[in-house]
Amino acid sequence: MATYLEFIQQNEERDGVRFSWNVWPSSRLEATRMVVPLACLLTPLKERPDLPPVQYEPVLCSRPTCKAILNPLCQVDYRAKLWACNFCFQRNQFPPAYTGISEVNQPAELMPQFSTIEYVIQRGAPSPLIFLYVVDTCLEEDDLQALKESLQMSLSLLPPDALVGLITFGRMVQVHELSCEGISKSYVFRGTKDLTAKQIQDMLGLTKPAMPMQQARPGQPQEHPFVSSRFLQPIHKIDMNLTDLLGELQRDPWPVTQGKRPLRSTGVALSIAVGLLEGTFPNTGARIMLFTGGPPTQGPGMVVGDELKVPIRSWHDIEKDNARFMKKATKHYEMLANRTATNGHCIDIYACALDQTGLLEMKCCANLTGGHMVMGDSFNTSLFKQTFQRIFTKDFNGDFRMAFGATLEVKTSRELKVAGAIGPCVSLNVKGPCVSENELGVGGTSQWKICGMDPTSTLGIYFEVVNQHNAPIPQGGRGAIQFVTQYQHSSTQRRIRVTTIARNWADAQSQLRHIEAAFDQEAAAVLMARLGVFRAESEEGPDVLRWLDRQLIRLCQKFGQYNKEDPTSFRLSDSFSLYPQFMFHLRRSPFLQVFNNSPDESSYYRHHFARQDLTQSLIMIQPILYSYSFHGPPEPVLLDSSSILADRILLMDTFFQIVIYLGETIAQWRKAGYQDMPEYENFKHLLQAPLDDAQEILQARFPMPRYINTEHGGSQARFLLSKVNPSQTHNNLYAWGQETGAPILTDDVSLQVFMDHLKKLAVSTAC
Amino acid sequence: MNVNQSAPPVPPFGQPQPVYPGYHQSGYGGQPGSTAPPTSYGAYNGPVPGYQQTPPPGVSRAPPSSEAPPASTAQAPCGQAAYGQFGQGDVQNGPSSTVQMQRFPGSQPFGSVPLAPVVSQPAVLQPFGPPPTSAQVTAQLAGMQISGAVAPALPPVGLGYGPPTSLASASGSFPNSGLYGSYPQGQAPPLSQGQGHLGAQRSAPPQASSFTSPASGGPRMPSMTGPLLPGQGFGGPSVSQPNHVSSPPPQALPPGSQMTGPPGPPPPMHSSQQPGYQLQQNGSFGPARGPQPNYGSPYPGASTFGSQPGPPQPLPPKRLDPDAIPSPIQVIEDDRNNRGSEPFVTGVRGQVPPLVTTNFLVRDQGNASPRYIRCTSYNIPCTSDMAKQAQVPLAAVIKPLARLPPEEASPYVVDHGESGPLRCNRCKAYMCPFMQFIEGGRRFQCCFCSCINDVPPQYFQHLDHTGKRVDAYDRPELSLGSYEFLATVDYCKNNKFPSPPAFIFMIDVSYNAIRSGLVRLLCEELKSLLDFLPREGGAEESAIRVGFVTYNKVLHFYNVKSSLAQPQMMVVSDVADMFVPLLDGFLVNVSESRAVITSLLDQISEMFADTRETETVFAPVIQAGMEALKAAECAGKLFLFHTSLPIAEAPGKLKNRDDRKLINTDKEKTLFQPQTGAYQTLAKECVAQGCCVDLFLFPNQYVDVATLSVVPQLTGGSVYKYACFQVENDQERFLSDLRRDVQKVVGFDAVMRVRTSTGIRAVDFFGAFYMSNTTDVELAGLDGDKTVTVEFKHDDRLNEESGALLQCALLYTSCAGQRRLRIHNLALNCCTQLADLYRNCETDTLINYMAKFAYRGVLNSPVKTVRDTLITQCAQILACYRKNCASPSSAGQLILPECMKLLPVYLNCVLKSDVLQPGAEVTTDDRAYVRQLVTSMDVAETNVFFYPRLLPLTKSPIESATEPPAVRASEERLSNGDIYLLENGLNLFLWVGASVQQGVVQSLFSVSSFSQITSGLSVLPVLDNPLSKKVRGLIDSLRAQRSRYMKLIVVKQEDKLEMLFKHFLVEDKSLSGGASYVDFLCHMHKEIRQLLS
Repeated sequence: MATYLEFIQQNEERDGVRFSWNVWPSSRLEATRMVVPLACLLTPLKERPDLPPVQYEPVLCSRPTCKAILNPLCQVDYRAKLWACNFCFQRNQFPPAYTGISEVNQPAELMPQFSTIEYVIQRGAPSPLIFLYVVDTCLEEDDLQALKESLQMSLSLLPPDALVGLITFGRMVQVHELSCEGISKSYVFRGTKDLTAKQIQDMLGLTKPAMPMQQARPGQPQEHPFVSSRFLQPIHKIDMNLTDLLGELQRDPWPVTQGKRPLRSTGVALSIAVGLLEGTFPNTGARIMLFTGGPPTQGPGMVVGDELKVPIRSWHDIEKDNARFMKKATKHYEMLANRTATNGHCIDIYACALDQTGLLEMKCCANLTGGHMVMGDSFNTSLFKQTFQRIFTKDFNGDFRMAFGATLEVKTSRELKVAGAIGPCVSLNVKGPCVSENELGVGGTSQWKICGMDPTSTLGIYFEVVNQHNAPIPQGGRGAIQFVTQYQHSSTQRRIRVTTIARNWADAQSQLRHIEAAFDQEAAAVLMARLGVFRAESEEGPDVLRWLDRQLIRLCQKFGQYNKEDPTSFRLSDSFSLYPQFMFHLRRSPFLQVFNNSPDESSYYRHHFARQDLTQSLIMIQPILYSYSFHGPPEPVLLDSSSILADRILLMDTFFQIVIYLGETIAQWRKAGYQDMPEYENFKHLLQAPLDDAQEILQARFPMPRYINTEHGGSQARFLLSKVNPSQTHNNLYAWGQETGAPILTDDVSLQVFMDHLKKLAVSTAC
Repeated sequence: MNVNQSAPPVPPFGQPQPVYPGYHQSGYGGQPGSTAPPTSYGAYNGPVPGYQQTPPPGVSRAPPSSEAPPASTAQAPCGQAAYGQFGQGDVQNGPSSTVQMQRFPGSQPFGSVPLAPVVSQPAVLQPFGPPPTSAQVTAQLAGMQISGAVAPALPPVGLGYGPPTSLASASGSFPNSGLYGSYPQGQAPPLSQGQGHLGAQRSAPPQASSFTSPASGGPRMPSMTGPLLPGQGFGGPSVSQPNHVSSPPPQALPPGSQMTGPPGPPPPMHSSQQPGYQLQQNGSFGPARGPQPNYGSPYPGASTFGSQPGPPQPLPPKRLDPDAIPSPIQVIEDDRNNRGSEPFVTGVRGQVPPLVTTNFLVRDQGNASPRYIRCTSYNIPCTSDMAKQAQVPLAAVIKPLARLPPEEASPYVVDHGESGPLRCNRCKAYMCPFMQFIEGGRRFQCCFCSCINDVPPQYFQHLDHTGKRVDAYDRPELSLGSYEFLATVDYCKNNKFPSPPAFIFMIDVSYNAIRSGLVRLLCEELKSLLDFLPREGGAEESAIRVGFVTYNKVLHFYNVKSSLAQPQMMVVSDVADMFVPLLDGFLVNVSESRAVITSLLDQISEMFADTRETETVFAPVIQAGMEALKAAECAGKLFLFHTSLPIAEAPGKLKNRDDRKLINTDKEKTLFQPQTGAYQTLAKECVAQGCCVDLFLFPNQYVDVATLSVVPQLTGGSVYKYACFQVENDQERFLSDLRRDVQKVVGFDAVMRVRTSTGIRAVDFFGAFYMSNTTDVELAGLDGDKTVTVEFKHDDRLNEESGALLQCALLYTSCAGQRRLRIHNLALNCCTQLADLYRNCETDTLINYMAKFAYRGVLNSPVKTVRDTLITQCAQILACYRKNCASPSSAGQLILPECMKLLPVYLNCVLKSDVLQPGAEVTTDDRAYVRQLVTSMDVAETNVFFYPRLLPLTKSPIESATEPPAVRASEERLSNGDIYLLENGLNLFLWVGASVQQGVVQSLFSVSSFSQITSGLSVLPVLDNPLSKKVRGLIDSLRAQRSRYMKLIVVKQEDKLEMLFKHFLVEDKSLSGGASYVDFLCHMHKEIRQLLS
């Protein structure tokens, strides 16, 4: 079925869309029986070097409730200069500018290859990009030094007309005024007191005391730069100033007594940052970049007290409802995140500390606003430095790979409704005819706001087939979905990207084979995983696992070929073959398992899982394992303990970690120094090969993975051992003593056991 | 003085001046004519010695029958004049008096020409001129004291004496023998008289004009006069002593007749009467002030006198003669002359120290110097009944950190090491010279509570045969009245030795402050001023750290850490919940961070140059400073420079509530009360932290000083106010105040406790401090200018033998951060006789107490009530004296105790002060400001504040190096040909008479005529001529004497500004309704009589 694979790939490349089903069951009932919902992974800003944006505005359907955009699927009457909306069937006149169109002279948006097209809106003054640094000063000296250097470096990467601001915090929060000469000036806030946006703006002098009425008039954006100029300045003006200022940054001077944590007012600092932007540049692309080296210890949003003897909450505490500050802190950050999202700004969190820093509580700031979340051990690591630098990478056009203040709107043809989205977005609460009553993820709306995006940001969007069983769709009918993404490009242009896709309907009873063949198990696995992770945020872990299991079993029952009560007869077609395996690894993944992970780590992993594209997501679910040996070129091998062999070098990519593992023999050889002997140069090459490959991955990935170079028996080998399928454990000693791999000391079930059970359950009639 | 004044206009007079001494003598000697006198003279001389011992006899009395009336009346004025000039002169003598009187007229501004009197004066002078050797004075004193003690018994004699010539009245009037005593030669009469006539004639007109008889005078007269014999009556009163003022006797005698007789009779009279008088006087006068001015008699005299030549109306002028009533100038001069030359040795219990106006040295021999403690009375009634009867408040004005003149050593610091100072186990009093060692030195008995304590082994010392420890003179705490202990850690907050204190400068940078140039000026000044922070002893540099804050409606803190290239500003706009944004780098050592600080001070005025912010906050500023000190864990002082009413939204926000309609209503008190309780709360926190607040105000309009000064007041700080500040005009004053304020030595985080002998107890405290309980005075800061007035009450009997002891212990942190205890001890006598009490009082201290009492009273009671209370109390004091101590005399006579003879005049000044009786031009802020100032004034300050010093500049020879003698603060004393300086510790006026010689104008102002002098001028041109130098030198020295810089205002006679000036002529009736001295005295007399009857 190469055709479907090709089709899927082609669609992904063209539109950035992967559907779980590429042929759609034509009735609600059938659709629900499919188990895996009709859904897609959408990468709205997928890089399309071959897609030059058009310099005019889209043509909209005139029906107020529809407003779909003219697309290749529309029927066009060239003579009458009319087009029919393929969603609501409204007939629309072309605007005057289109008088010249004909079959041979079509505008781009009508050409099939432009099912995805980007418009550039010329209206409105371009607003500059804004970068507001929020910097923790309660750091160790060398950490702070490293951070300062990174920040100074970043200044050189910013576009010269970008506005920058600086807020530092420790026990107090300082908002630095960047405009003044001579004396450096900053506004200081107590770190313990929550302030409303109004208060913050008053205290920063952002509200104009005189003639507030006049200036409240809309359409005077030029006032803004004036007001805010003290705190947010074009980088080209204050480059030197800010560099010096950063250079002079001191560690928080307040004494920290023995046995205490430094007082860190992250909550208030963020609140002020949000308030500052809210008051000065609402609805303008802006990044708040929070750099923190530890948990908030005071004020609103505090996560842990300053007594070191009281450790920061663990999963254990949370389960026991023992995390004193968690709920309040979470509430605080959620409130901030929502405000930020409303204003179209995004919050990045760069947390570098050995212990937890409260990402669990703060995660929503990044999650809801599309900001980045980076977790590291120290600012003085290449992990942080490179990751941070990578934020400012540019695309082939020389533009930053970031977009701001995006709104994603989904329009569906009438047989479909949109049930929700999972990704770095917030609901805009726009009800419409195409909004389903059932919610999957963030639902109840047909529009979402994504304040910060990059070309890989991917949302899972879930649909519901609402066509009734007794209202069959005519043969050959197609369902259509239009994704309209309005956003601020990093070049400060406003743009609209429109993707319109269509898929065939099929009657699930008569054409199940078609539907089955058009199943995209990778997309389905990721979409299901997103649903699971989404649930895990609010539900107990075991419940989520049970739900996933049930879904898997039902899917197998539906699409497996078997004889009742005969597990051995169970077969799955090719298009489903990998799916159970994905689920197996998903169950073991840190997205659903909290064991061995701190709450912060879980939040971090889940954050990235909810925004990466399909390929990366799959890697997260089921890490990739390559094997290097003298026997041939590197080859992907099973993520299985049987792959761990003494004469192999393994390279594992889990997305978050790159692990290079030298088998026992290899490690011994290396220890003996063979690689340095000219006669063993091939060994040297063998050792080098995975390093090079790893480097390649490291270069490309954001955030930069943790790079682990270990060997047999090394303590860090645990990163590998915890991931592989424990096909050999201390419990099943059949391979003991043989050279067939390394036993894993675990009680986890292996894939084999898992599959056995799955088959048994799938074929049983009991459920 | 008068003479001097009159000099210019009157040629004869003027000449004598330079030659004065000689002149007098010659005149005196030359008095050939005094034939009769000689004998009397002799007689007199005889008595003189006796006099000195017992001051009294009414010399003046002599004049009585014959020449008396006119002469006497005339005398009074003369007497004063003489007094003023010569200090001791007694004018009373009949004859001489006339002369003097003439002189007086001459002196008056109004100008009738005076004359002959000159001659007479000399006579008066002579005796004095030579005498004043210190030895004599002391002898006198001694004698007087003795006599004083005797006094009470004597009255009968006086009575007995009476018969001859209706003595009673006469005796009553006489009392002021003191003057007499000192003035042996009073007899000169004949001579003087002769001259007197001339004088009288000329002077008459002016006098008449100047004296308008007060309404009050009239009615009273009848009653007064009744009993008196004509001749005597006249004589008596006229002779009248300073203390005793009898109301005008008068009508009875035709002046003419009296005039004729004079020469002959007087002498005899004198001699005969003397004994009786003496006695009486003793009774009435405190011994302390030997020489008394003669004031005397009153009234009509003057007028009659003036009219003498003509037949006319003896009656019309029914008024007390201002010259006849006790003169502050005279008293001050006397004390200066008598006590200024010898050091005051504190070894003797219950000694009354010299007046505050006298320059004297103190030798500490076991009691605290009067510079540290002054009492209203040095002899305390043994029982509360007596105290109640007398109504004399028992109070001590304590200035624990008073600055000493360079000649006096500051208190020794005693270090007792680990164990700390030795204290009584029961009452916790500190070891002092009064502690009694017993049992061979193994124990000591506490002198306060009589508890017997063990002497710790390391402190043991053997006793000598007198029971004194052998090492008594090696140990300051056993031999001195004042000394310091090093405190141990037990005396420190949190049991931690304090860190050095800090100064924080908090500068208003709102529009007003910038526009007036204040900020620029201040920053410029601070740059150099920071080199002069107070340091301890020989320390090379001050340990004090400094910090800077500017503010308008938000606060700006500055990081001036030495490692920074540029200062950093940190803005705190959360004024509702103030905090300190930085720790490190806010408080810095000046020398380390000099570059950064200089850079900051350079930039501050630039940064805010174009500010538009007019609103300010206030409470948060103090809060911030306090928090900063708290964070730094040290005590310190905030210097706030503030311009306007804090109306910005913040804690402590105020509204303009200035309402002049409230004046003289029951609600007037609200003007003095703080608007909100927030400041009290804040002050409490400041005190707990040892944060003292000094406030410099630069208001252009109402700023509610009453509220703003709450914190400075409760934290032991100072308030300075510069209304409508303009750099050009007020720069000098502000900078001078600032320099002094920053440089002065301050004790921080202090607690003061006053312990007393069993029997009395400190019950009430006045001053700038906070008290959280009834015994401990808590002072966040205390400098050398601040005083605490403490009132004592009996709670038991005192013992006459052991006396009453006071121990004031002040625990404080020095400028270098050393914790110390300063101890002052004072032993007072106790008496069972009221007379002893009255003999050992100090009016200046009494006034200090009463003013503070009244000024606190206005917070709670209507001003009228407060005034009435004062008057009543004063009347009761005097009535009690009259009833119990003075010899019986006519009810018509006002008899004042010697020590309190100035009480009425001073009290009147208090009553008419701006706080208690505001004039139309006095703002609410001014009143609150003054009220607040007075609260922590010491005795010297209140003295000059209520009774300003008025110094004639052109009377005495330019060459004389000394300060010219002052004149009484009354318009009558001003001569339009002279120039005067007036100062009261806050204000300084240069009054220029309209007919001042051109040469003088030229040499002082560098303009050619009076009309060209700029009214309101505040700086005298620097000219190179003796007069200019002298005047400027004098101004400088006056300023140096006061704790605040006095801005000079040049006032021209008949100019608009003169109103301002006249406000300070406190003996005159004030525009706001304050009584003149004379009127008030009459009123007081009436009150007393009511009480007596």
